[in-house]
Amino acid sequence: MVYLTRKIEFSASHLYHNPAFSAEENRRVFGKCNNPHGHGHNYVLEVTVAGDPDPATGMVVNLAELKAILQREVTDRMDHRFLNYEVPELNGQIPTCENVAAVIWRLLHPKITRGNLHRVRLYETPDLFVDCYGETNGAGGSPAVSKDILK
Amino acid sequence: MNLHLTRRYRFAASHRLDSAWLGGEQNRLVYGKCNNPYGHGHNYVVEIAVSGPVDPATGMIANLSELDAFVEREVIEPFDHTYLNEEIPAFRERIPTAENICIEIFNRLREFPRAKLERVRVEETSLNSFEYKGELSGSRP
Repeated sequence: MVYLTRKIEFSASHLYHNPAFSAEENRRVFGKCNNPHGHGHNYVLEVTVAGDPDPATGMVVNLAELKAILQREVTDRMDHRFLNYEVPELNGQIPTCENVAAVIWRLLHPKITRGNLHRVRLYETPDLFVDCYGETNGAGGSPAVSKDILK
Repeated sequence: MNLHLTRRYRFAASHRLDSAWLGGEQNRLVYGKCNNPYGHGHNYVVEIAVSGPVDPATGMIANLSELDAFVEREVIEPFDHTYLNEEIPAFRERIPTAENICIEIFNRLREFPRAKLERVRVEETSLNSFEYKGELSGSRP
């Protein structure tokens, strides 16, 4: 088994706010991330695909194909966007690094047909990242908070 | 979803690698410059990875401010700007190699109440790093 990792960057803004919390509770739980106007990060995404090299090409996955998938599924959706308002896949969820990584996994998993998607690593800052390894025991992942959260 | 949240922390400390089980000559042979009698220091980087369900109310595995406070209290505050051999009790008995530093940090953080500790990774320099997931495979000195 060989693991191939491709890295991309995108920049986006977000804010953390749960409408079920009081204003004070939101500030206490989310701190500066609750600033109502949001704030941004330069996200770094590492996508790792596992597989045996195809004897005909020597490749686990064709990088040109992988780059096109990442461009379409991640960059086009998230780059220079306000994640709370412009990424429908995050509706009803707080756009933490955990939830964004899980959304990216769900977007990429059906599209990567050569090799197996092994890991999605999303850096929110150089000192904070989340690794997503997919569904555990087929469980559905993080449930939505409510339909109207973050509106 | 199987998610691991990783946070990076830093501390600076000195140490000396010198085994009571080896003689002076052997220690110099095994540890080289790391055996210099007055010790030397590194800027350590520590990665702490935790896992668990994402709380739907917060979108978080663990609140970073709670993780930061726990790591600060259990590791950074006691380790930063110290001579590890003398000031961390575990290293009076075990040699403060980065391997043993990984294990000591893991043991100190094992009881984090908000999430499961998955992995401790220590970068001793930008060229050397070490990982521990909480289990040793065999006997140890």
